[in-house]
Amino acid sequence: MPKAKKIVWKGVDDMPEMAVSLSSMRVNKTASWRNLKPVIDYDKCKPCGICWKFCPEPAILLKEDGSPVIDYDYCKGCGICAEECPRNAITMHREER
Amino acid sequence: MRKLMMGNHALSYGAKLSRVQVIAAYPITPQTQVVELLSEMCANGELDAKFVKVESEHSALAASIGASAAGTRAFTATSSQGLALMHEMIHWAVGARTPVVLGNINRAMAPPWSIWTEQNDSLSQRDTGIMQVYCESNQEVQDTVIQSYKVAEKVLLPCMLVLDAFYLSHTYEPVDIPEQKLVDKYLPKFNPPYKLDPDDVHAFGGLTDAKWYYELRYKIESAIERARGEWRKADDEFGEIFGRKYGLVEDYKCEDADIMLVTSGTITGTARVTVDMLRDEGKKIGILKIRVFRPFPTDEVRDILGGAKKVACIDRNISFGQSGVFFEEIKSALYNSSHRPQIWGYIAGLGGRDVTPDTIREIVKRTEESDKPQELIWIGLKK
Repeated sequence: MPKAKKIVWKGVDDMPEMAVSLSSMRVNKTASWRNLKPVIDYDKCKPCGICWKFCPEPAILLKEDGSPVIDYDYCKGCGICAEECPRNAITMHREER
Repeated sequence: MRKLMMGNHALSYGAKLSRVQVIAAYPITPQTQVVELLSEMCANGELDAKFVKVESEHSALAASIGASAAGTRAFTATSSQGLALMHEMIHWAVGARTPVVLGNINRAMAPPWSIWTEQNDSLSQRDTGIMQVYCESNQEVQDTVIQSYKVAEKVLLPCMLVLDAFYLSHTYEPVDIPEQKLVDKYLPKFNPPYKLDPDDVHAFGGLTDAKWYYELRYKIESAIERARGEWRKADDEFGEIFGRKYGLVEDYKCEDADIMLVTSGTITGTARVTVDMLRDEGKKIGILKIRVFRPFPTDEVRDILGGAKKVACIDRNISFGQSGVFFEEIKSALYNSSHRPQIWGYIAGLGGRDVTPDTIREIVKRTEESDKPQELIWIGLKK
């Protein structure tokens, strides 16, 4: 995967004609406005896949053994996973920036 | 090849000759036969395009914008309430800089329900940034579709091509259909600088705060101003290849005219015949036909109308609480000009009422006899 690079323009003459992202969206991370961060307690998690199913992004990926991993590059912190987890294995924590 | 066709089909043939790749349309009234013929062309293989049936005019333009953003040439058509429903998406097409061409048959807005001609539907889209061209004949309709893509794709702005309901849309006229290879020479393949591409993923139209939104608006204005020159160039080149030219405006016998009429659409043809009759009677009358309305041909209007003593503007529309829209526009163009003629504003032909040579004669007579310009004269109002 290519590295994200920041493209900066100075003024009206060197910017694109329309509002378009100049770098690829494949490397354009979209989680900068997350205020609450979900954290999985793997001692409580018995991989059922419910958080993976409910994540609207999707920012929860499943490992080969079925256990969930949160992709913090894209997670917006909506908290749906924490709400839906039947074992209360996911908790939301304030982002420290 | 010459073919007898209605104005709606002149739009269809213009789209076919332009090799449109995606057509999205809502098929129910106020839609016309424009997309009916195009759907047949797609079905029988005459035209290699994807025909998308949608659930509303809003979706028709939305689908066309998507197709254009993906780098294909997109076309749609509508009328009156359908155009009003497209309004939000017209802003989007402009901001996204997608050169969709939209055929609009001028029909009066409801209520009361009407299917007859009036310009209030298209003129209500004045401030969106879409280019607007008003056509007078079926030949001009077909040719203008091809010219519209040429200009729209150069400046990356959508273009609305406008024709009068029934007087053009359902009236048959002979139209010369040019050879496809000549059109291909004139109109190269659409190749936008940025496009939707699954192999190279970009975000379009994303949230842009006050830091750059202002600059993006400036870019739209620069593009539509650049379009004035592009229209002149596209029209000249069209003339060289096909032998027909239309101009941003048309000056008919204005050179020595005491009174100049300002017209648009099919009223122009009636006015031309009437002016010929009046000239035989020794009256010096001329016509300025406004064809390209956005971008507004300010220089041409100043040059031509600057030489008039009196101007009579005929509007088949009304901006309620002000005046006719063309009247407003020419007045605004002339205000900072050194030669400012007196201008009379006439409202005529709303809801498809006939504007006949007698109507034009009355307008000329009232302008001749009056010393003080009036801004809002209802011509033929039943009292």
